[in-house]
Amino acid sequence: MSPSFKIDGVTVPFEAGQSIMEAALAAKIYIPHLCHNPEFHPHGSCRLCCVTTDGRSVAACTTPALDGMEVANETHEITTQRRLLLKLLFVEGNHVCPACEKSGACQLQAVAYHCGMLAPEFVHFYPRRAVDASHPETIIDFNRCILCELCVRASREYDKKGVFSIGGRGIQAHLMINSPSGKLGDSRFSAADKAARVCPVGAILPKHRGYEVPIGKRLYDQESISRVGDVAAHQERDHDE
Amino acid sequence: MTNKVRIASASLAGCFGCHMSLLDIDERLIDLVAQIEFDRTPLTDIKQIGSCDVGLIEGGVCNAENVEVLKAFRRHCNILVAVGACAINGGVPAMRNQYSLAECLEEAYLSGSGIDNPQIPSDPELPLLLNQVHPVHEVVWIDYFLPGCPPSADTIFTFLDELLSGRPIQFAYRQIHYD
Repeated sequence: MSPSFKIDGVTVPFEAGQSIMEAALAAKIYIPHLCHNPEFHPHGSCRLCCVTTDGRSVAACTTPALDGMEVANETHEITTQRRLLLKLLFVEGNHVCPACEKSGACQLQAVAYHCGMLAPEFVHFYPRRAVDASHPETIIDFNRCILCELCVRASREYDKKGVFSIGGRGIQAHLMINSPSGKLGDSRFSAADKAARVCPVGAILPKHRGYEVPIGKRLYDQESISRVGDVAAHQERDHDE
Repeated sequence: MTNKVRIASASLAGCFGCHMSLLDIDERLIDLVAQIEFDRTPLTDIKQIGSCDVGLIEGGVCNAENVEVLKAFRRHCNILVAVGACAINGGVPAMRNQYSLAECLEEAYLSGSGIDNPQIPSDPELPLLLNQVHPVHEVVWIDYFLPGCPPSADTIFTFLDELLSGRPIQFAYRQIHYD
């Protein structure tokens, strides 16, 4: 008998070494997440995948599955907690969805819809980080960055370039570009890089295109992310076509 | 005296788009006005808000007059609703928070192109701009938020319909969007 555990009462089989998240994804059970991408090592920064097991809260992406464990995922308490985390992310940046090219296909927005967030409700930070438009094909709006480090991981582990890193401490933590000037245009970044396709929000965007998909047909317009899946997987599919 | 539900609305730093979306409920407005009565709104000629059941606020807070109107709405409304992205997080107008107020005024009235007789308007009749644009919840307590830029007519109708009938307020997936 292969080992198994339960998520909200549903039995989920797993292989030794799999995290709760990996087993849930394989069983098509949705656990909200932002910094997790199955192609990369787990990161554990967004805290949205926190579930409870054995009386405590753990990140599903970094916690190994154990035989017989009972995991709570979509409970009222956990969803309330996730809404709180989402509100914090929204007020930390400038998430002006009506003017963002990623709107409708943004994972932060989609998870917020899934968790039923109506408004951020906290005091807004309104950060003032300058947009980096120095690269001919790609633009970065640092005020939308949620520090998931997916671009950092993709550039380091997949592209072998190490273009991105996170610098600064506390609320000053921010995405940095590894180039003499600190500008993307002076780095080894290319729009064909994996790092160009992993951003779950509207921070790293292709230039000269936007608003190409009609409203109603965008990734998360009709159905919840719990059925549609991650935006990065779709960006990868578009890239392969 | 009627026992109709009294509704007021205002546009602060808004574009009137949320009010247009309210009108987009079309002929359902006729059923609605059988149950409600409008107090001060841009749709009536009432200048000062009176006691109301519901206040709908569109737009963020960008100047001193917005603050006064918003506080008057809070004093007079049992339920105050932030309608639309601007009221909720400042919206597109809050993109001016990327600049100082002086930079904005200088660009618009002094150094911008095609300006005749450059001067920053200073008549006391004009409300002073705040340093930053703020969501309404940073000024007064808000009881409910209706996201969207604008919220769809269906969303607004669902909200009013459920509120008036006393049912719990619930939206279908497609009725909630931030854009």
